[in-house]
Amino acid sequence: MSTSATEATRMAVKGAPDFAQARADFPALQQQVNGHPLTYLDNAATAQKPACVIDAVANYYRRDNANVHRGVHELSERATEQYESVRDKLTAFIGAGSRREIIFTRGATEAINLVAQSFLRPRIGARDEILITGLEHHSNIVPWQLVCEQTGATLKVARIDDRGDVDLEEFDSLLTSRTRLAAFSHVSNALGTVNPVRDMIDAAHAAGVPVLLDGAQALPHMPVDVASLDCEFYALSSHKMFGPTGIGALYGKQALLADMPPYQGGGDMISMVSFEETRYNELPFKFEAGTPNIAGTIGLGKSIDYLSALGMANIQQYEHGLVTRALRELEKIPGLRLIGQPRQRAGVISFVLDGIHAHDVGTIVNAEGVAIRTGHHCAMPVMRHFGLAATARASFAFYNTDEDIERLCAALAKAREVFA
Amino acid sequence: MDLKDLYRDVIVDHNRSPRNFGAPEHADRRADGFNPLCGDELTVYLDLDGDQITDAHFQGQGCAISIASASLMTEQLKGLSADDTRALFEKVHNMLTRDEAVNDAASLGKLVALQGVREFPSRVKCASLCWHTAVAALDRQQEPVSTE
Repeated sequence: MSTSATEATRMAVKGAPDFAQARADFPALQQQVNGHPLTYLDNAATAQKPACVIDAVANYYRRDNANVHRGVHELSERATEQYESVRDKLTAFIGAGSRREIIFTRGATEAINLVAQSFLRPRIGARDEILITGLEHHSNIVPWQLVCEQTGATLKVARIDDRGDVDLEEFDSLLTSRTRLAAFSHVSNALGTVNPVRDMIDAAHAAGVPVLLDGAQALPHMPVDVASLDCEFYALSSHKMFGPTGIGALYGKQALLADMPPYQGGGDMISMVSFEETRYNELPFKFEAGTPNIAGTIGLGKSIDYLSALGMANIQQYEHGLVTRALRELEKIPGLRLIGQPRQRAGVISFVLDGIHAHDVGTIVNAEGVAIRTGHHCAMPVMRHFGLAATARASFAFYNTDEDIERLCAALAKAREVFA
Repeated sequence: MDLKDLYRDVIVDHNRSPRNFGAPEHADRRADGFNPLCGDELTVYLDLDGDQITDAHFQGQGCAISIASASLMTEQLKGLSADDTRALFEKVHNMLTRDEAVNDAASLGKLVALQGVREFPSRVKCASLCWHTAVAALDRQQEPVSTE
């Protein structure tokens, strides 16, 4: 690929990256919406893609399109090499010990379902428990409810407090000899809460409980090192981290993955098939049935290159300043109430405006070119905790600027005007 | 896209002060409407004399479009038969979804205030929830209706 030398990459080589320059790498951010420059603040739903990711996907289809792992011809070798190189990139990006610990999936949701069905279901009985928290996205609730329906096990939920932080005392007290897995988000998509995952993992391990972290909202905002976290599983999503949709991955400790039965059957996940017997392929291929999302994976690889060039620690630092300034400005708006005041926050601000329903807020700011999410954010239990049906959510990425904050606040003032 | 087309003064007023709002002590018919993705929830209450609606109330929560639409609807339903109600619903639905100009504005009365919704396709479900719920009440439907 020759498209990696983006402006941001060049800046990063020189020193601290210039995030205003990085914004220029994203074609979708250069447009006008309803006569205004687009202010894209729906990054927790999906992030925009830099040109290098879009080009990587297009170039694969233009030049290298072939199936992976089977052809001996030139194109198949190119496709296989590019596809498998992304496994190495992701291994390094999240600090996994081996490429065999990286399973490509359709997204974080499929990664969680894989653990639910292949890891947990065979090991859990009717008297056992699964522990989650009150912060979870539906994708980290429903797969466990399915296991409970299938096995008679019980789902336990550690509640959140009014700040939007997990009640750690309750979390600890719900870790028992019956708990077969603790599953929780690294960062909440609805409130932006960064969970104290280090402490939570330690508490779970002290009780002998393995841990799955839902990292969909963490990887776009901060460095993640699964080796030092020591979690058993980590689920991630490409499209939240500036890569294509339809691709994600599961990190799992090799010893656990080796013991797990396949999640789906099909091509690529076998080493030998007869009608009497099938032998499964080695890790990680055992869990990748069928022709994978080759183009999406190659695009994900390019987004990892892009993020690595900017530096996740730089991104974290820049966004911390940005979100702090956004909070300060939003708090000045009369009638605006922040929903969730977590001790540590990443990327997401949820709020309501007194007397104006979130959906009306969303429609009005859209007319000003501002894209935010309104609704329950696929986290209905979180909304119920705060007694709300919906909130407005502004969610940030490194390409957002102080101008975006100004435009959001001006659009919210407009909403207050309409309903004045 | 002009916001003033959507949030006309009538809409803002009926959202702020919804008419016929609250659960009456008695109602001949009632039905629930629920859009789980939005969180909009409405209950419509109807009193009937034979086939004729003599009173209409609603309560619930939702965006300005769904509340104002329900408020305007309850004002229009009084005196209508079940068939009249269905016919009016069809007119309202056409106004909300079709591009042709409304050629029957007079018979829609104040409901024309909802005309601007047509420019905001994602909000049609908000404006139509109350109407589906009212028809469900006439049909004695037990299950909550949804427009999502």
